[in-house]
Amino acid sequence: MTERTFTEAAREALSDAMDADPTIFVVGEGAGERGGNFETTAGLYEKHGPVRLCDTPICERGFIGMCTGAAMTGTRPVVDFMFTDFILDGLGELINQTSKMQYMSNGRLKMPMVLRGCIGIGHSAATHHSGSYYPLFVHIPGFRVALPSNPADAKGLFATALRSEDPVFFMEHRHLLNLKGPVPEGEHRVPFGQAAVAREGTDATVVALTVMVHHALQIAEELSGEGVSLEIIDPRTVAPLDTETILESVRKTGRLLIVDETFMPCGIGAEISAHVTEHGFDELDAPIMRLNGAHVPTPYSPSLEQAVVPDRASIEQAVRELLAE
Amino acid sequence: MHGDRGERFELHRWLYRTMFTIRTVEERLARSFMAGLIHGACHTYVGEEAVATGVCAGLTDDDAVFSTHRGHGHALAKGVSPAALIAELYGRETGISHGRGGSMHLFAPEIGLMGTSGIVGPCILQAAGAGYSAKLLENGSIGVAFFGDGAVGNGAFHEGLNLAAIYDLPVLFVCENNLYATEVPFSYASRNPDVASRASGYGIAGIGVDGNDVLAVHEAATGAIRRARAGEGPTLIEARTYRTRPHAEGMSPTGVYRTEEEVAEWREKDPISRFRSRILSEGTVPESDLDRIESDVRAEVDEAEREAAAAPWPDGGTAPSHVYRETT
Repeated sequence: MTERTFTEAAREALSDAMDADPTIFVVGEGAGERGGNFETTAGLYEKHGPVRLCDTPICERGFIGMCTGAAMTGTRPVVDFMFTDFILDGLGELINQTSKMQYMSNGRLKMPMVLRGCIGIGHSAATHHSGSYYPLFVHIPGFRVALPSNPADAKGLFATALRSEDPVFFMEHRHLLNLKGPVPEGEHRVPFGQAAVAREGTDATVVALTVMVHHALQIAEELSGEGVSLEIIDPRTVAPLDTETILESVRKTGRLLIVDETFMPCGIGAEISAHVTEHGFDELDAPIMRLNGAHVPTPYSPSLEQAVVPDRASIEQAVRELLAE
Repeated sequence: MHGDRGERFELHRWLYRTMFTIRTVEERLARSFMAGLIHGACHTYVGEEAVATGVCAGLTDDDAVFSTHRGHGHALAKGVSPAALIAELYGRETGISHGRGGSMHLFAPEIGLMGTSGIVGPCILQAAGAGYSAKLLENGSIGVAFFGDGAVGNGAFHEGLNLAAIYDLPVLFVCENNLYATEVPFSYASRNPDVASRASGYGIAGIGVDGNDVLAVHEAATGAIRRARAGEGPTLIEARTYRTRPHAEGMSPTGVYRTEEEVAEWREKDPISRFRSRILSEGTVPESDLDRIESDVRAEVDEAEREAAAAPWPDGGTAPSHVYRETT
């Protein structure tokens, strides 16, 4: 194990994969000589040159479509969006083309394409630089969606994404980019569809996504002083979603809270809640609860911004309500 | 066309056979549509055969073609068999995509047909991507996008041409300007009627050509393909042509957007009969050979249609497969 930041860990996975696979190339605004807006590609241009570390004009639809064609013809593009909000200009390409190529071709085409970008609310970035949007992609057949919450998973999930034959969204929360943690050295892959039990407990299950995992862990630690035992589950990927690990936990605790910064309607929490209701109704001792960011565009002012995102206080309150049921 | 007599004989035979195959299949499909054998939309390529044929004559199986909703001609010119094409439109298991795609989603990646598409524009970007792969892999192949005048006002045209230009990608952008986007005239949809002239806005080569003259198309494409393979970047080719059938089968061939007289004028410029006259006046292929080609193609298409009509349906239980490459 080595101590690395989240971004360093993901970059290590990218660097190792680019060394091993000459068909990988990265595109994005500033992904070339500049090394990426968030240093996602720092140092790689010097090693691999401008064809494999490719700066683009500001034309997300254009380079998503270009990379779709590249993935169809024998290379493995990594699209570095900087902010995930910018993906939205290419939604037609992604949903009508990228996600459907394998199906339309009856499995004769592959779509080895990784789409990475920063997500999440914070730093008064306002509503064009704070989006997450991953529930949209979970809804569409054909995509994989990875949401690492720590440096080790950033390396392991990115390594898996870079070897997948399916299109993968790899989404990096802004508050995690500089988070440090132990990272396995050498080859390290985390398979998709395997949740992590971030903390074991018996009284209630909290499923938390990306940065919310850290908030939930802190609440679990605080409440343990009161004799409350929370189990924290980090799904790590939401397409595919490891529902079995969640159900197993609910069988033990009988109580479930899902904490997700993205919008509530038709979201990941709704999906998990429906699944647990369908397959684990008899295990439940209380109604399932969801805690989400407010269903509004992200405001700018710190006092407004703070009001639309779940924090430790609102998670703690939700947990207490759940336990009181 | 600059080769010796033997080369011209072979080329002209291939061009004639390919154009005649496209025409024969399309006319067969139009009858099948009326008979209820085609389950979705059917956009025929009648009148535009010279464009796909003239371009694809210069391509190999490793060159990647990205096509449109009006893509039967591109598929056939790239080497898809009439049997696999007709069966796909009939929704049968023996279709080129085993019934998953239909008319607007024809895929044969093993011979470089990377798909026809129901959405106008993305083929331009994907062809640029094939060019990017070729540049990275240094394998000498090229990407080709066929699209209509309707795509010229779409953002994908601008972004795709610009990306291909700045990276010097080996790509042909082939605009089949048939004057109408569905039924909206290009003269209404654009202030500049000259598509080829747009190339200069991107700093790339642009060529306007008579799209109903297969040899002119072939000559323009040959030069563009040679430049692309030599690392000299993309070319925009505008092939001016016309569809003589309706936008889609079941619609009217004329209406507020064009007159019967206009359609009749373009029928006079039919690319197949023009090429036949040219061949006979130049004497490159004997008339008896052309007659033989026609009878062979008719027999092949008749047989393909019979096979398609008798082919099994895909098993409904297989509908969920191929969404993902990997199972988890």
